[in-house]
Amino acid sequence: MKKKWYYILLVPGLVIILFFLIMPLINTIFPTFMVKGSLSLEQYSRFFKDKYFMQIFHRTFKIALISSFICMILGVPVSYFISRSSKKLRGLLMACTVFPMLTNSVVRAFAWMNILGKNGLINKILMEFNIIDKPYKLLYTESAIVIGSVYLFLPLMIVSMVGVMENIDNDLLEAAESLGANRLKAFFKVVFPLSIPGLIVGTILVFTGTLTAYTTPQLLGGNSNMVLSTLIYQKTMSLGDWNEAAVVSTVMILTTLLVIGIINKLASRLNERGV
Amino acid sequence: MKGVCNMRKNKFLLIFSILVYIFLFAPLIIIGITAFGGESYIAFPPKSFSVKWFANIFSSETFMNTLKTSMEISLIATIAALILGVPAAYALSRFNFKGKTILKNFFFSPVIVPGIVVGFSLFQFMIIKLKLPIYTSLLIGHTIIIIPYIIRVIGSSLEGFDYAIEEAAMSLGAGKVETFFKVVFPNITSGVIAAFMLAFINSFNNVPVSIFLTGPGISTLPISMMSYVEYNYDPTVSALSVLLMIMTIIVMFIVEKTLGLSYFLK
Repeated sequence: MKKKWYYILLVPGLVIILFFLIMPLINTIFPTFMVKGSLSLEQYSRFFKDKYFMQIFHRTFKIALISSFICMILGVPVSYFISRSSKKLRGLLMACTVFPMLTNSVVRAFAWMNILGKNGLINKILMEFNIIDKPYKLLYTESAIVIGSVYLFLPLMIVSMVGVMENIDNDLLEAAESLGANRLKAFFKVVFPLSIPGLIVGTILVFTGTLTAYTTPQLLGGNSNMVLSTLIYQKTMSLGDWNEAAVVSTVMILTTLLVIGIINKLASRLNERGV
Repeated sequence: MKGVCNMRKNKFLLIFSILVYIFLFAPLIIIGITAFGGESYIAFPPKSFSVKWFANIFSSETFMNTLKTSMEISLIATIAALILGVPAAYALSRFNFKGKTILKNFFFSPVIVPGIVVGFSLFQFMIIKLKLPIYTSLLIGHTIIIIPYIIRVIGSSLEGFDYAIEEAAMSLGAGKVETFFKVVFPNITSGVIAAFMLAFINSFNNVPVSIFLTGPGISTLPISMMSYVEYNYDPTVSALSVLLMIMTIIVMFIVEKTLGLSYFLK
């Protein structure tokens, strides 16, 4: 029997994470469940009764939902295209997908400020062709956040899906087609069901990513379109209200966990039905 | 093979994919073009050519200072995360023990918790409670958030490693540490390089943790870019974006040469 000396290798990392992640989180979350020294959910009932908070909560949720949906619609066909293309092309397309992922999120949000802004590309084109006579407000809207979020997270969706679709055997498709299924039918009956695990991972990443992203809503949404993350920052730094920031943080974590749970549950139910 | 041929004929998928990649790249290309504009505001297409915005970066004290801070923080944090992460990834790959999955998830927790929440609670804990200096807090914060990348990349490059070689070395009298450095490490150097690059760029690009851990005179480049674009509308940030995109390309090139970009598909 070997001695468990290898624990020593794990300890430094564990201690650092425990001390500088878990402890700070407990330090943040725990007081939100306390009112005057006793356990209470009062701070949360206050949060969920507050109209302003609820508006922000709904907006954040809505943006995450729409963005995930668009990422699915755009991501599935592209992933299918990539997974069935030649090795060389696949490598190139993967590089093109990873590049935006590794590019700074400030750069990526800034790119859309240039396009959607009052003097941005879209307004300029529309004015040039006399379609509109004064700039249309595109930036600092919820739609701008949705566009920015899709832009931010679509590569993640593609990467998650290609990883799964790539492993689907071409023979399966051929079999389906030789049995008379047309390409579209073969896709929906063979490829799509097999790629659901990738779709789930991708959706979870996009949804939770959008729900918690800071840079994009800050730069593209502005102050009139606050979301949970910008609210946490504003509460902390501008208003010094750490307690409420902590409540919002906890709500954010719980929402994220809940959504992951729901998506996984939905997925397993889909599997049971044999879709 | 037939599937591949069919694919070529499928015009819808081809056009759809081209449009999606235009969506992904056009905004970045526009930035690249506006960076070379001669106008004092962001113009597309620019009417004159100039490299003055690049010169502007180097004469801006804020950008040069925050660039230096970002470089230092990312470099030190990455090295610290490697020192903490490589042994852990090795142990998680090499040994089977009870609670291994839980432990693995524990090491991934810094990316599971929303970044903005990590930033906020580190601010409360390190700056307010422990009264740590901002620079130290930034360093610790960045180390924490990139440990998962190290664990993941090193773990994946250890996947194919045959530990029988290690046992052979030990049975020939090599010590554990010696074996690790002479037998295991040489086999994962490409993984270590890739892990270094990915951890570095993720630290460098970070916003939600950095934004809480900045203070008088100390800030990172992305944060200073963010506050700049909120109040200015000139191509300085476009020029900076071009430099950052070049950095991304270098990172990608090194990752492709070491780990392979197919790593992202795992």
